[in-house]
Amino acid sequence: MIKKIFLIGNPNVGKSVVFSRLTGVNVISSNYPGTTVGITKGYLKLKEDRVEVIDLPGSYSLEPGSQAEEVAVALPRDFPKDQMVIINIIDATNLERNLYLTLQLIEEGYPLLVCLNMCDDMKHRGITIDTATLETLLGAPVVETCALTGQGIKLLIERILEAGPGQPQKRSSQERWLKIGEIVSHTQHLTHRHHTLREMLEDISMKPFAGVLIAAAVLYFSFKFVRFIAEGLIASVFDPFFFNIYQPVVLKISGLLGKEGFLHHVLIGELLNGRIDFKQSLGLLTTAPYIEFDMVLPYIISFYFVLSILEDVGYLPRLAILLDNFLHRIGLHGFTIIPVLLGFGCNVPGILSTRILESRRERFIASTLISIGVPCVALQAMIVALLGQFSGFYIGGVYLVLFSIWLILGVILNKTLKGFSPELLIEIPPYRLPQLAVFLKKLFLRIKGFLIEALPVVLLGVFIVNILLFFKLFDLVSGMFAPLIQGLFGLPKETVIALLIGFIRKDVAAGMLLPLGLSATQMFIAAVLLSISFPCIATFVIMLKELGIKDFMKSLIIMIITGLTVGGVLNLAILH
Amino acid sequence: MNKISLAKMKRNQKGKIAEITGGKALHERLTVMGIYVGREVTLLNHSMFRGPVAIKAGRSIVALGFGMASKIIVEVE
Repeated sequence: MIKKIFLIGNPNVGKSVVFSRLTGVNVISSNYPGTTVGITKGYLKLKEDRVEVIDLPGSYSLEPGSQAEEVAVALPRDFPKDQMVIINIIDATNLERNLYLTLQLIEEGYPLLVCLNMCDDMKHRGITIDTATLETLLGAPVVETCALTGQGIKLLIERILEAGPGQPQKRSSQERWLKIGEIVSHTQHLTHRHHTLREMLEDISMKPFAGVLIAAAVLYFSFKFVRFIAEGLIASVFDPFFFNIYQPVVLKISGLLGKEGFLHHVLIGELLNGRIDFKQSLGLLTTAPYIEFDMVLPYIISFYFVLSILEDVGYLPRLAILLDNFLHRIGLHGFTIIPVLLGFGCNVPGILSTRILESRRERFIASTLISIGVPCVALQAMIVALLGQFSGFYIGGVYLVLFSIWLILGVILNKTLKGFSPELLIEIPPYRLPQLAVFLKKLFLRIKGFLIEALPVVLLGVFIVNILLFFKLFDLVSGMFAPLIQGLFGLPKETVIALLIGFIRKDVAAGMLLPLGLSATQMFIAAVLLSISFPCIATFVIMLKELGIKDFMKSLIIMIITGLTVGGVLNLAILH
Repeated sequence: MNKISLAKMKRNQKGKIAEITGGKALHERLTVMGIYVGREVTLLNHSMFRGPVAIKAGRSIVALGFGMASKIIVEVE
């Protein structure tokens, strides 16, 4: 009886899309190799049984090259062959390369069902594949699908039970490629076509000079677009909601609570001149939702909107080529740009996705640099709000300082850490037009993920500050750290609380700076410190898990030293 | 027939891979991605300052570091 179905295939063939179609479980899929770095499980009803379906990271062969690939290989190997089926997903537009893994799977004797995915794309590219012949030559059932639209999925499910164990055999890699050449020549037919606009675009964005210009334009407009959407959402949706609809409601509650007392303090916070000030009242019903929904959420929506487009189009691997040279100076290679960009959304998926890098050394450098020098979008939204009231100049300043830290720290790490970093080796996917349904689903998943993970922590953060304030513990804590904060960083001692709350969540921490009446330069230093100091609790946990205790401690020490140094230097350079 | 390293090929030049020098691990990683001895490849792009080169091998486009490309020897016309 079949207990498990493993989805295996080369990177970027659409495994996660097939997985979503089979199980109804939504997972994030993008157009670059290495989107999936962990395993996801779901269930499929097969006749009367509930069978577990497992989505694995992509791999080119059964000999793993990165940590993500290792998972893909080990899991099916350790499971009894008579209780499983492997669905080998193949990119039909690149039959030849994909068949290498297929042959390996057949040689190992796995019960195999081949899913020839992206069949719609095949037609655009002038390729036809004789599925029946392919089936005979491979000795395994082959089904054509287009997972993005769902075409062929029903047939795929119907044929799962046809997959049977094969005869194990041995081949060298050379023999394998010979065999593949034979299979391809019998099954694939190419019609000659003229270059399409798409292919011209694919080509030009990798050219040295044109590519750099295109990259600069893409990044500039992405940035502009993120701000444009977010500010539009705030002005036309979230601000009106908070000030016209929500505020009167909260004011009523405040009246019902008698405008004072512990409960009022926790829920509503302090009234300023008898009114609620969302930025300063510090209550669970006032400042907490205001920060999360009116200041941060619009940026979450706009950031992931733009990032998802870039991902699905397939632009990111091209960016990786252009940045490879630069990133090599700091011990990384071009592909690191993907974890970094994800880190700008939230450090947690950013650090998880460093699994696509080959060596531990790279993963250490990348994770450390992301946690120090890549502020998440929630924090960035707050920085924009905090510093934007003074001048855009300061916002640019924060990014400049962070970028300098990247450079300096990266070079130091690259020079001091043992070993060397491997070179870039990635496949460049074709450009694809994002599919609206898939795109919206991904955006929705990410926004939902943010709300589920962030909201409770935000409430907790505001609650802690509340308690500290109510029981007058605020002064005690800030007094303890005052010499450090005042002496070294030149900040008023009240900022201690904000920096400490930064350990829980950065956006709440930044919110704590709002009522302090800091000068522009003080706000600037505080914003930089918030970005580079201790990671928030979620990042903290994920780094510990991914790096292991020893490397994590190393990374932590680097963070603390960097925080103290940069804060001190900025204070000396600006305030004195 | 001339043998040169892949890194020295010109734009749009075609060649057949004759040898992959360098370690077994590199050999293996390239092979599974469809870059193996006997394969015809076309050079698509160099990047500035000895950055990665992009090649077409079969239907895939692969970008590989300059050092790696230097270890791949190709036969060209």
